[in-house]
Amino acid sequence: MKVLEEKHKLATRWFHWINFPILSVMIFSGLLIYWAYDPYRIGLGSVTLFHFFPNWFYDLTGIAQQLALGMALHFVFAWIFAINGVAYVLYTLISGEWRALAPDRKSFREALQVAMHDAGFHVPLPPQGRYNAAQRITYSAIVLMGGMSLLTGLAIYKPAQLHWLTAALGGYEWARWEHFWLTMGYVGFFLIHLAQVIRAGWANFRAMVCGYDLKETEVTTHGD
Amino acid sequence: MATNSKTPLTPEQELARRSRRSFIGLGAGAVCVAGGWYWLNSQPLEDEIPRPLRAVLGVNESVVRNTLYSDRHLVRTYPASAIGKLKINGDIGMEQPIDQAAWCLDLAPLGAPSRQLTIDDVRALPRHEQIIDFKCVEGWSTVTQFAGALLSDFTAKFAPGSEKAAWIGMRTPSKDYYVGVDMPSALHPQSLLAYEMNGEPLTDRHGAPLRLVMPVKYGIKNIKRIGRIEYTDTRPADYWAEQGYDYYSGL
Repeated sequence: MKVLEEKHKLATRWFHWINFPILSVMIFSGLLIYWAYDPYRIGLGSVTLFHFFPNWFYDLTGIAQQLALGMALHFVFAWIFAINGVAYVLYTLISGEWRALAPDRKSFREALQVAMHDAGFHVPLPPQGRYNAAQRITYSAIVLMGGMSLLTGLAIYKPAQLHWLTAALGGYEWARWEHFWLTMGYVGFFLIHLAQVIRAGWANFRAMVCGYDLKETEVTTHGD
Repeated sequence: MATNSKTPLTPEQELARRSRRSFIGLGAGAVCVAGGWYWLNSQPLEDEIPRPLRAVLGVNESVVRNTLYSDRHLVRTYPASAIGKLKINGDIGMEQPIDQAAWCLDLAPLGAPSRQLTIDDVRALPRHEQIIDFKCVEGWSTVTQFAGALLSDFTAKFAPGSEKAAWIGMRTPSKDYYVGVDMPSALHPQSLLAYEMNGEPLTDRHGAPLRLVMPVKYGIKNIKRIGRIEYTDTRPADYWAEQGYDYYSGL
């Protein structure tokens, strides 16, 4: 017989789905800002494998020449990004939900098993709670990255008033570099996350929207 | 179909009901987000950006000025070996060559008659030298040495009492480039009226004979070739703020 099982709390789902459009606006406006000074690349010495970003990317997205609008959007929506993120972390800590999320000693070994299983190897999946070990590590890392984005962002935003923060992050130029690569991290995470969600199927996605899924239970008879 | 309240829902029905509600909610949320984005972009512009964004930039300025900002927060200074090559990134208001010998500074103190100063008047003030990271709003920065008079010394000497003004406005002799600066930032102990850069007299393209150097502001506020300085309680016009940038532009 099947029973309803709560997979994700209402608050968690709200934080998650609010974050999605807000982070999208932050990345979009971040690109408008980055365009004005775009030095980052993948390469070594004089060899550049990929420059962030090639002209075709700017042409395709139409993000050129909008630094002022980008800064305005970024420094307005940063408030919502920060409030939503801080509220999520507080909620997770106070409610005890962090226990289902934070990795433990076993997580790193198990995450390797999960990764190998997902890659198609015949490796048994370790027992798991709400999240498997790979999810625990990844989702916790994403939350930490969110915090780092806030800190590196503040370090670039007010390097004179928050000079101690800017210095702690390696200085103005490094803080900007870190801020950029954290964002690239979100983009990479998003692509893998999307693929995994598609792979995991409808019931998994539905649970992130409505919070519940059906669960097979061994108890076959029970009264009201 | 309405469910009879006497027959409890099966788990499948309960899930379907919750799922239906939640997806309608998610859809409504998506419509609200799209509508909100459309609304924001259809708002009237205030100095080139939608009015709600401009309003929040004003809130950000208040928050920073009331909490973070302190004239005891000094920017980092660097050794001479760190000095880079500051590029020339703008010549608005400096399109025409300047006759250095004929230059004079038009000074308008708060509630006192205007007067004119020469470069020697500025040079007579104590000389301050600093090597700081000059930051452009575009995102790049260059370690640069500047020498000149502190704007606070200048104010105390030539416009005593004008510290009470809320703002300083400056513009080029041509009036084509102009900035407004809040008084606390102007009186910051690292805010200079500079006449030297990297050990040499300021070049024409870098703003000779006198330019503003405030390490607590982006380069857009650091006007080159100053022609007039005015102390005022009315917020002065600002060239790049009119083009959509944050008026405060503080670091």
